[in-house]
Amino acid sequence: MKFQPVIGLEVHAQLKTGSKIFCGCSTTFGSEPNSQTCPVCLGLPGALPVLNKKVVEFAIRAGLATNCTIAHHSVFARKNYFYPDLPKGYQISQFEEPICRKGWLDIQVEGQETKRIGITRIHMEEDAGKLVHGDVPGLDDGSGVDLNRACTPLLEIVSEPDLRSSDEAVAYLKQLHRIVTWLGICDGNMEEGSFRCDANVSVMPVGSDTLGTRAEIKNVNSFKFVKQAIEYEIQRQIDLIEDGGSVVQETRLFDPNSGATRSMRSKEEAHDYRYFPDPDLVPLVIGADWVQRAQQELPELPEHRQQRFITELGLPEYDAEVLTASRGLADYFEECVAFHHNAKAVSNWLMGEVTRALNDSGMAIETCPVIPRQLAELIKLIDNGAISGKIAKTVFEEMWNNGGEPQAIVEKQGLAQVSDSGAIEAVIDEIIAANMAQVEEFRGGKEKVFGFFVGQVMRASKGKANPALVNELLLAKLKG
Amino acid sequence: MEIFELTIHQLHDKLKTGAVSSVEATKAMLARIESVEPRVGSFITLTPESALAEAEAADRRIASGDADVLTGIPLALKDIFLTEGIRTTCGSRILHNFIPPYSATAWERLRDRGCVLLGKLNQDEFAMGSSNESSAFGVTRNPWDTDRIPGGSSGGSAAAIAARQATATLGTDTGGSIRQPASHCGCVGLKPTYGRVSRYGVIAYASSLDQVGPITRDVADCAIMLGTVAGHDPRDSTSVNAPVPDYTAALTGDVRGLKIGLPKEYFIAGLDRDVQAAMDRAIETYRRLGAEFVEISLPHTDYAVATYYLIATAEASSNLARYDGVRFGHRSEQAEGLIDMMTRSRSEGFGAEVKRRIMLGTYALSSGYYDAYYVKAQKVRTLIMGDFTRAFETVDVILTPVAPTPAFKIGEKVNDPLQMYLSDIFTIPVNLAGTCAMSVPAGFSAAGLPIGLQLIGTPFGEETILRAGHAFEQATEWHTRKADI
Repeated sequence: MKFQPVIGLEVHAQLKTGSKIFCGCSTTFGSEPNSQTCPVCLGLPGALPVLNKKVVEFAIRAGLATNCTIAHHSVFARKNYFYPDLPKGYQISQFEEPICRKGWLDIQVEGQETKRIGITRIHMEEDAGKLVHGDVPGLDDGSGVDLNRACTPLLEIVSEPDLRSSDEAVAYLKQLHRIVTWLGICDGNMEEGSFRCDANVSVMPVGSDTLGTRAEIKNVNSFKFVKQAIEYEIQRQIDLIEDGGSVVQETRLFDPNSGATRSMRSKEEAHDYRYFPDPDLVPLVIGADWVQRAQQELPELPEHRQQRFITELGLPEYDAEVLTASRGLADYFEECVAFHHNAKAVSNWLMGEVTRALNDSGMAIETCPVIPRQLAELIKLIDNGAISGKIAKTVFEEMWNNGGEPQAIVEKQGLAQVSDSGAIEAVIDEIIAANMAQVEEFRGGKEKVFGFFVGQVMRASKGKANPALVNELLLAKLKG
Repeated sequence: MEIFELTIHQLHDKLKTGAVSSVEATKAMLARIESVEPRVGSFITLTPESALAEAEAADRRIASGDADVLTGIPLALKDIFLTEGIRTTCGSRILHNFIPPYSATAWERLRDRGCVLLGKLNQDEFAMGSSNESSAFGVTRNPWDTDRIPGGSSGGSAAAIAARQATATLGTDTGGSIRQPASHCGCVGLKPTYGRVSRYGVIAYASSLDQVGPITRDVADCAIMLGTVAGHDPRDSTSVNAPVPDYTAALTGDVRGLKIGLPKEYFIAGLDRDVQAAMDRAIETYRRLGAEFVEISLPHTDYAVATYYLIATAEASSNLARYDGVRFGHRSEQAEGLIDMMTRSRSEGFGAEVKRRIMLGTYALSSGYYDAYYVKAQKVRTLIMGDFTRAFETVDVILTPVAPTPAFKIGEKVNDPLQMYLSDIFTIPVNLAGTCAMSVPAGFSAAGLPIGLQLIGTPFGEETILRAGHAFEQATEWHTRKADI
C-alpha cells in the first residue's frame, strides 16, 4: 500500500517588541536571571495584565501578510496548567476568538507548481519563563526559574493540514520565516527559539479522504530538523501500520542527536487546559480604520518583490529569490540599481563578493560597510571600462577594510585600466620576445597557449591592462 | 465624644483647627484597638510604628497648609490590599509570610492624601465566605453580640468600624462582602460599579466580580472615601476611564420625586420579621421624604446564587493557581519533587472553603462541562443584567434588604455551605449585573442586632444612591447608635 503523509505546522514566532506583552519589562535576551521582571510577569498576587498595543500591531501585520481576516472582536483566554516556569498557573493566550483567521501562503517546491497552504489562525500569547539547572551563581545544586522570558510576546501561526511532504513543510516554514523577518516583527533566530515549530503528522492510504491519527512533534528548532523529524515520523507511522499496528494520538519529542522522535505523553495524559476568557482583559476591538492603516503601512511583500525583480529588472528567477531572502538584501539591491541600472551586475556582486564578505565577517547586510551608492559606483567603473572586474575586487576589498570612494581608491592606488594600445603593445612585445618557444607552439596550431600569453601580459601590467584590448593586440602580434 | 468615635469629617474639623493632632488621633485609635481587640479580633496585622510615623508626617502636612479632608485620618485595610513592606495574607495560611513589594492603587491613593494605616483587617480566606469564619487567623466577632459573626468576607473591615477601631476602612465586595458585613455591624458600606475603582494590587478572588469599596460610620464619609479611591488606573484594563464626580456634593438631602423600585422577588415570604419590619419603616421614611415607590420585577433573581457559584469559583480556580509554593508564600517542608511540593504546599496552605471553591470552579471549566456550566452561567448572568437594565428604565434606585436575616451565630452555618451561600442572596445579583449598591443602617432586630437596607443604583449611579442613603440617614438615627463593647 502507498501512503500519503498529511502535515500541519504550528509556528511560534517571538515578537521583536521592546517590552513584554502585558507589562513594561524589557524583552532583551541574555540578561541576568530575573532582572527583567515586575509584579505582573512574576505573577504576584494583585498584579494585572495590560495589553501592549505594539503586539497587536505586529499581529495585524502578520495577518495581513498571510492573507488572513483580521477579527473585529477577539478575546484573550487563560490556558490553565501548573508548571514552575508558568508564574500565574495559567498562560494568557487566545482560544475561541483569535485575532487573525483564515489566511494562506503560496509555497514553491523546486520542480513543482506553486501550492497554496491554508492558515487556520494566528493568535497572540505570552511566553513562559525557563528552568535553569545547576551551574548558575547562587544556585547550589537544585533548579531555578528565570522569568526574564515570561510574558514576552508570541504569535502562534497555525496552518491547515495542507502540507503533503517534508519538502512542502520546509518550503512553507521558510516562506513564513521570510515573511515575519521581512515584516520586522520577529528576528527569526531559530537557535535562540525566536522562531520554533511543532509539526502535526499523520499518514493515510493514497486515495483515501479520511485523515489518519496524528502525532504532534514538539519544538523542532531548525529547517533541517523539521525535515528530519517529519520524515522519520512518516516512516515510523507507515512501518507501524504495515506491521499491523495503529498510530496513537500523542505528543512526541524530536531528538536531534538520533534523528528520531519519541513519545512524550499520550492523549490520555494530555492536559485539560480549562480555557476560559480572561476576565482581567477586555475584549480586543479592532476597527476597520486600524486595519486599513496597517495595510497601507505594510511593506511590499517578498513574493511580490521577487516577481517584480524578474519582470521589471529582468533578473533570472534564481537571482530574484536569493535577493528577496531578506528585506535588507532586497532594499540594498534596489538602492544600488537606482544608482546604476545594471541589475544583473549588481545581483552578481551582491550574491558574490558582498555575500562572501558579509559571511566571512559575520555581518548583516544592514551593517555592510560598503553602502549601496558606493557599490553602484564601483560597478559603474567596470561598465565604463575604467577598471577591470578583477581590479574591482581589489578596490572592493579596500573599500570594505578601510572605507573610501571607489574612484578615489582607483586614482590613489593607480589602478585605472590601461587602454593605451601603445603601452600594451610594448608589454606584449617584451613577453613575446621572452617566450619564443611558446610563440612557435601557438603558430604551430596549439591555440591553448594563447591563455598563457594573456596571463603574462595581465601580470606584467598588474592587472590594469584592458583585457579586451590585450586580446585583440596579442592575437594580431602572435599571428604575426 | 471620644476621638476614636469620630467620623472622617468630624475628625478633619478637629485636625484642621489644631484641636487634635493626627498623632493624638492615631494614639487614641491604637489604644482603643488594644482595649477591644481581644473581644473582636478585627485585625490580622497591626502597624503602630509606621502609623505613628505617618501621623507625624500628616501633622507636618496639616501645619504647612497642604492638607485635605483625609490627611491624618487613621484607617485600616482589609488584608486583601497589597501594602508594600507590610505583610499581606488575604486571610490565608498560604500567604502567612508574604510581604508584598508594591502597593494596591486604592491604598496608594489614600496614602498620597496623607491617611494613616493602622493595620490590616481580618477577612474570610481569599474573600471566600460570608461570616469571617474561614480566616486562617481566627474568627472576628460582631461587636454588637460577640457570639455572632460580623458578616464576611470584609468582616474585619465592618467590625473595626462598629468597634471604633478605625475611622474608616476599605473592603472588597465580590458577592456582598462589603454590604453584608456593613449591614450586620450597623455601618455604611458601598460596592461601586465594576470598573469604578482599580483592582490593581487587590488579591483576586473572582476578577469579573471583585470591586473595592469603603466601610464607614456615615454616608458622608463613604462619599469622601469613594471619591478618593475611584478613577481610572492604567494598570487595570477593566478600570473605566470616566470622570469621578464630586460625591460629597451629591449629598443634597433631597429625594423628592426619586423613584424607588421594590423588587417583588426580594420581599418574599419567610423573610426575617425584624428585617421585614425595618424595610417597612424605611419605605415609610422615604415616602415621608417625598420619594415614590414602584413595584418592579427582577425575574431571574432565583438563578443568581447558582450563577455566582459557577462564575466566581471558575475564576477563583484559575486566580489561585499562582499559589504554588514556587516564588512566594507557603512552601511545604516535606515535599519530594516538584509536583509533590506544589500539591503539599497548596494542601497545607489553603483552608477547606477555598479548596471547596477551587474544586467547584475547576469542575465548571473542565472539558465536557464547560458549556453546561460556565457558558450557561454567563448566559444567565446576561439575563440578570438585563433584569436590572429593564428595571432602571422605570426607577432611579432599587431598595431591598441587604441580608435575609441579621447576623447569625458563630458556627451556626459552618457545616452547611449551602445555607451560608444563601445568606448572600440579595447582594449577589448586583455583582453579576456589575452595578453599584450600598448598605445603610436601617434599624435593629428585637435582639438588638443591626439591620441594613440596600440601595441599588444604575451603573456609575453612585451619586444617586449616596444621595438617597444620606437623606435616609438625615431622617433616622440608626447610624448614631454604638455597639456596647
